[in-house]
Amino acid sequence: MDSLRTTLSFFVDPLKYLVDVPTVLVEQAADSVSSYRTLKKENERLREEQLIHQTRLLKFAALEKENIRLRALLENSFKLGEQVLVAELLSVNLAPYENIVVVNKGTRFGVHPQQPVLDANGVVGQVFRALPFTSEIMLITDPNHAIPVQVNRNGLLTIAVGSGQLNRLVLPFLPGNADIHPGDLLITSGLGGTFPQGYPVAVVDEFTSEPDKAFATITATPKALLDRNRELMIVWSNSTQVPLISKPTENDPETRTHVDE
Amino acid sequence: MNKYVGFGRIILTIALAMCLRIAPWPGALAVFNPDWVLLTLIYWSLAVPERVGIFHAWTFGLLTDVLTGRLLGQYALAYSMVIYICLKLHKRLRQFPLIQQGLFIFFCLLLSQLLLFLIKNIQHPAQLHASFWLPVFTGTASWPLVYTVLRFVRLSGRIK
Repeated sequence: MDSLRTTLSFFVDPLKYLVDVPTVLVEQAADSVSSYRTLKKENERLREEQLIHQTRLLKFAALEKENIRLRALLENSFKLGEQVLVAELLSVNLAPYENIVVVNKGTRFGVHPQQPVLDANGVVGQVFRALPFTSEIMLITDPNHAIPVQVNRNGLLTIAVGSGQLNRLVLPFLPGNADIHPGDLLITSGLGGTFPQGYPVAVVDEFTSEPDKAFATITATPKALLDRNRELMIVWSNSTQVPLISKPTENDPETRTHVDE
Repeated sequence: MNKYVGFGRIILTIALAMCLRIAPWPGALAVFNPDWVLLTLIYWSLAVPERVGIFHAWTFGLLTDVLTGRLLGQYALAYSMVIYICLKLHKRLRQFPLIQQGLFIFFCLLLSQLLLFLIKNIQHPAQLHASFWLPVFTGTASWPLVYTVLRFVRLSGRIK
């Protein structure tokens, strides 16, 4: 059945690109008329941002090393860094009741279902269906989507369910006395195996517990700019066991045998 | 002998309808987007019933399924049912004034939406917002537009 869908998608996928054309044109037009000053300002801002991020990364390398050593002591596995593919959103609307978006990368680029999708601010969703030239991505706010999360402050585990609105997640499975406050950051817990651990998902914005109900009513706002970003990152993550005693490799003892692509 | 005259035009209008089907309407207006593909198919099945029939409805239904990422065959089923009724009644419908035709279109769209609703319910009991039925009304409202445009296309292409 999936092969039939793939075959038929060769006929209809061009339409998705066709529908996207006006948006691209408008964007290009806006780009080409933007003034020298705006560009210069943006350039400066980006440079500053890059400097800040670079400095943070310096520390990050050391922290990662330390984390791996600690995890080795605990006989734990550690994620070995992720490979990402930048995909661009196509501005099409498949069905009005579902929060599903379409991006311009498909199985041609090795995209497969259930891959996590991120943007610069947090988790966006997961690949729901991969066709040769496009793939459909279910956002975390889709009513049919649930994502295992933990509170960053204290490690409290729970599940965040989509509400159907682009700016709201619901946490339906926490009791009234749960240790969670407005402003708490929710990160992926890595349970379930779809999403890699430790990416920001949402910020809790409301917590109400009613004495007569078993569960509290908690809502959260997603960190990712779900409706505004055009660039998304599709992630390949691989986690393997870290050896109990970290042994130096033959050629290059103290270096990065473990990280990134 | 002129069996294939304007075949490209028919396909082109349906492809255009498919584009409109997935066009991004701003924000909350997305729920109003009518089923352009079905409206186009209804027009062609009424105008040239010997050219556009159940087979076309089924094929383009299947393509719409793939396009919008639905269960394969749900639009195919809905479209072929509606087009079957249109083919049965096309002689009478051509005599109707536009208002009465509009009423018929309304029921066609309602039938299609009802079938989609039933299929959705079989998959998993769905909680649907009342706005699920809005495309039926906007579709009926846009029928005169579809009719005028496609009639122009048909006459200018001498499709009979």
